[in-house]
Amino acid sequence: MAARARVLIRPKEGILDPQGKAVERALPALGFEGVEHVHVGRMVELDVEDPERLGELCEKLLANPLIEDYEIEQLDGAA
Amino acid sequence: MRWGVLQFPGSCDERDALAACERSGAEARLVWHEERDLAGIDAIVVPGGFSYGDYLRAGAIARFSPAMEAVGEFAASGGPVLGICNGFQVLCEAGLLPGALLLNESMRFTCRQLDLVEESSIDAFAPEKGGQSIKRHLSIPAKHGEGRYYAPDDVLDTLEENGRVAYRYAPGQNPNGSARDIAGVRNEAGNVVGLMPHPEHAVDPLTGSTDGLRVFEAVAAAGVAA
Repeated sequence: MAARARVLIRPKEGILDPQGKAVERALPALGFEGVEHVHVGRMVELDVEDPERLGELCEKLLANPLIEDYEIEQLDGAA
Repeated sequence: MRWGVLQFPGSCDERDALAACERSGAEARLVWHEERDLAGIDAIVVPGGFSYGDYLRAGAIARFSPAMEAVGEFAASGGPVLGICNGFQVLCEAGLLPGALLLNESMRFTCRQLDLVEESSIDAFAPEKGGQSIKRHLSIPAKHGEGRYYAPDDVLDTLEENGRVAYRYAPGQNPNGSARDIAGVRNEAGNVVGLMPHPEHAVDPLTGSTDGLRVFEAVAAAGVAA
């Protein structure tokens, strides 16, 4: 039975994230003051038969470890 | 001399690259992404475009294609490889070149003619220049949304120390926020070169510059004896 997992991928600390900056700059115009350090990343959800291989899968394809950090969350119940 | 120009679903500059190879006096043929046999090919172009829709990250999927596996072996045996724009992104994702290409600092797609400076390393491709730094300027267009060259500082230092920065944007012309104005780099052996601007679009006086031919000639001469 496959396990459900969620992978969160975000730009590494210290790497300029123009998308995050743009969102941050847009917020005050809508009246949302006091928001900072916005970073925009990606989320991938998947069912995987062998959760042991998730790390390898992230390193090889889902994230580019040179520029991105990732976190794996295992969820209950495969779809 | 025969070039092979890779063609992925989503490539869009492969025909200009073919024409550029031919204008540089060589033969050229397309190599479909499912092909693995590079027999009879002396140099490879990984062209620009949006391979596999640039899904996930630019170049991330293309690197796993059968043709790219063959290019990996071809490069390891010293064959010259030129990656242009999306092709540069593919070569970085494949680990054949260091670094990565990120979203432009401006977040805008940039499309303009600009000056590239050939760094001294390029003269290694042309032994008759005696290794002197000429810093010749080339007028070549750039068009991309994800061209901001990034590598950690220690990697950048190593690249600079070993003459592996192949092309730089001329002062004040960096269109994307690339680290140290880097437009193109080469691998340690010197036979794999990638750059964001498009030399294949600068091969006809009609469009204002033929400087791009020089890039094809330089890379063709960059093969390393296996």
